[in-house]
Amino acid sequence: MLRRLGACLFVLAACWPFAITQADEVDAAVRDAERARVATIAKLVPTVVAVFQRSAPAGGSGVLITHDGYALTNFHVAGEDQFFKCGLSDGKLYDAVLVGVDPTGDVALIKLVGRENFPTATWGDSDAVRAGDWVYVLGNPFLLAADFQPTATYGIVSGVHRYQYPANTILEYTDCLQVDASVNPGNSGGPLFNAAGELIGINGRISVAQRGRVNAGAGYAISINQIRNFLGGLRSGRVIDHASLGATVSRDSHGAIIVSQILEESDAFRRGLRVDDEIVSFAGRPIHSVNQFKNVLGIFPEEWKVALVYRREGEKHEIRVRLRSLHAKLEMSEMSAPEDQPQPDRPSRPRPPNRPEPPQGPKGKKDPRRPPRRQRDRAVARRQESDVSEKLKALYKAKPGFANYYFNGIELSRVLHGLDAWGDFYSRPGFQLSGETATGAPFECILSGNFASLQTGGKTYLQQFDQDPQDEPQGSGGLLVALNQLRLLLTQRDKAFGSLVYFGTEPLDGGNEQVDVLESNLGSVDSRWYFSVANGGLVGFDTRLSDDADACEIRFREIGAFEGLHFPSEIVVRHGDREYAIFRVLHLKERK
Amino acid sequence: MRAPVRFLAALLIASPLALTGRPRVCEAAPSTASLDTLDATLAKVVKIFGSGGVRNLEGYGTGLLVSPNGHIVTVWSHLLDSGDVSIVLNDGRRYNAKFIKGDPARDLAVLKIEGDNLELPYFDLRDSADASPGTRVLGFSNMFKVATGDEPVSVVHGVVAARARLSARRGAFGAAYEGPVYIVDAVTNNPGAAGGALTTLDGRLVGMIGRELRNTESNTWVNYAVPLTQLREPIAEIIAGRYKPPEPRPDEANLQRFSAIDLGLVMVPDVVYRTPAYVESVVPGSPAAKAGVGTEDLIVFVNDELVQSNRTLKTILGRIESGDTLRLVVRRKEKLVSLELRVPDHRGK
Repeated sequence: MLRRLGACLFVLAACWPFAITQADEVDAAVRDAERARVATIAKLVPTVVAVFQRSAPAGGSGVLITHDGYALTNFHVAGEDQFFKCGLSDGKLYDAVLVGVDPTGDVALIKLVGRENFPTATWGDSDAVRAGDWVYVLGNPFLLAADFQPTATYGIVSGVHRYQYPANTILEYTDCLQVDASVNPGNSGGPLFNAAGELIGINGRISVAQRGRVNAGAGYAISINQIRNFLGGLRSGRVIDHASLGATVSRDSHGAIIVSQILEESDAFRRGLRVDDEIVSFAGRPIHSVNQFKNVLGIFPEEWKVALVYRREGEKHEIRVRLRSLHAKLEMSEMSAPEDQPQPDRPSRPRPPNRPEPPQGPKGKKDPRRPPRRQRDRAVARRQESDVSEKLKALYKAKPGFANYYFNGIELSRVLHGLDAWGDFYSRPGFQLSGETATGAPFECILSGNFASLQTGGKTYLQQFDQDPQDEPQGSGGLLVALNQLRLLLTQRDKAFGSLVYFGTEPLDGGNEQVDVLESNLGSVDSRWYFSVANGGLVGFDTRLSDDADACEIRFREIGAFEGLHFPSEIVVRHGDREYAIFRVLHLKERK
Repeated sequence: MRAPVRFLAALLIASPLALTGRPRVCEAAPSTASLDTLDATLAKVVKIFGSGGVRNLEGYGTGLLVSPNGHIVTVWSHLLDSGDVSIVLNDGRRYNAKFIKGDPARDLAVLKIEGDNLELPYFDLRDSADASPGTRVLGFSNMFKVATGDEPVSVVHGVVAARARLSARRGAFGAAYEGPVYIVDAVTNNPGAAGGALTTLDGRLVGMIGRELRNTESNTWVNYAVPLTQLREPIAEIIAGRYKPPEPRPDEANLQRFSAIDLGLVMVPDVVYRTPAYVESVVPGSPAAKAGVGTEDLIVFVNDELVQSNRTLKTILGRIESGDTLRLVVRRKEKLVSLELRVPDHRGK
């Protein structure tokens, strides 16, 4: 030890005077820039998480996004664990639980516990990023930091809106950011910050060639704008899916991007899109390549409504299409099913990326992504369970289709709370609404426990509930069924349905208003309920009589007061491409 | 004790950085202001698709536009084997290009996009820049084929670490080019990056990114670019149609200025791959005899260079000059003996 110290001193003596004199020559601008970098990194460090799996000696990185401990990481870092140990720069190890996963987008949301007020990263705008911008990567490469102090690397953006093919897996990096900052195994799930210290991405993948699984100058980060679209879904505790248009595109001989195949049961088909139509723009972005199309598609969750412009015989058409799920429901729930569920055979089980992902710990430790759940040693699972405190276990609830059903319950009750403002509808058997339509014709609508009816324009429409749900009045998409769904929600809430879950957030009808979405199912009827994020109120819902039918879309333009209760006073009904009717409710009576 | 050691270690690591991080860093970083320059450079770099596509032989590469009429320079690689390649510009435009000519010694190929008056953006080779160690540079390339269609190629940043002669190999084969190169501290030389641009921060071309090669000495991957000064002339001549391949250089490795007998040494017959360098007999009156070399001496070192075999000795003696003083170490019985002899003035004396 002494000898080493001596050697150190010797070298130090040689360098010391040099270092001092040279430091004086450094340009003030350089020192200012350095100071700014140091200050920025110091501000970012507390938000960075070192994530460790409990069942395997592996882990990665993460970043805190809310004061109550929600943190983003990669799906492939979370692996198949439900509980984690997370280190922060305060040197402490925290317990964490899985919240939601996006396997296709390689994102997982976890929640740390054990602290009141976690530091959080500031969200940036990844669409404003340009090639050449300076960026910081923070994380835990090679799981180096025994004291959880993150490693910082610095580089530039090498490219934006990159598309990275799935590598024999469902993981697909669309619209991602490419950086030359050093990203290595263990950085996975960690934050990418812009020069201002705003979160612009989650690092998750690198290109490597023959040189081994270390940085080769090309790292990829999932854009934070994509994650923003999925965040509500992640908080829902679901295994969330990406979207498909229901059509594939290819480049024709003139370089145009055209529809090469389309599913007849897709919304795109019903809205008029056909084979050989040229895609001009998608979600407001011009489309010049197949990759661009995939990039745009990849940033949206299923069920979102997105604008699409296509050209046919020289004429442009704009439609708004509802995106379908990319994977079959079964495929997604396989990624979540708890241990004791009977499992179907899974020949097509998605394989882990065998190439560029750098999720794993140092020294070639076991691949964290793929201890197949069913083959995993139960003893290990039990040991893991027994390590976990009762307090943490209370934050986890298994259910097929969910990463952690517990958090769905939390979000569901939060959103349902929004109905309280309408007054006490509980246990009221039915209602009678009356008023006039947009054309001034009077209408009367009865919603009872046995039937729903509508009288207007000299006609009477009836839906009895012991009969199959009908498109009644015809062309409305099932208005009477839909209004009955509203009665059920108001009078019985979650007890009315076979299932009622929190789905996530989305812009209502592809517009500007952000809504929380609940999904309910009763028999063959599915409904999606939209609650304003801004004020919590119910602003409308869609009811669909079958999977591939256009919904009866009901939107509330105004809410009125009726004898101690609140209820929509102006109801717009749409179906397919057209408005079906507008109802102005003047009277609401309880029906005994 | 631990804490001070750690402190010292930290200082030690910091000190060399303080030294290298000196005045050159004053150049501005690519800030928002220079992003336009970067976009302009990206428009002059093209994606090349050609032969390949099998393991470790990528079917894609990078090229630089050097004339408004679509002359493209790149590395002379397997990509061009079919003669025709597909070129994709920064804005997604696709062209076919033909191989015109190459300079094997510089690992250089020039292609031409079909058509005239194309008015494409290009690097003006007269406006290139020189770099030296410490110069901050940007590397532009189609590495890993990340960019397709109208996506611009990737850009990485780094610093020129050295200007040196390239000594590298690909597998068992030596690199075609052995001239001066810029060694870069960033990973510029990735699959598909060959033929990319190395520029200064203000967008002036410094060199062309080379292949994926390993250093012959250390076996590490080399990130290098061939300076434009090496390429400017052959490119101009190829485009002008005046290019003549260079005269083959005298082969340094096969120089034979002197051989053992010139010094009066008769070595044992060279029968196996590594025949030990034993002296069979010494010509009386020869420089070797005067220096005291004896029969059955084993020559171990010449001028401090280890002599592993007769063959090494031959190579070393091939390079010596008249009038040199040759320092020999021979093993005689169980002892090492140092001897000195003067290289004669004329071969064969």
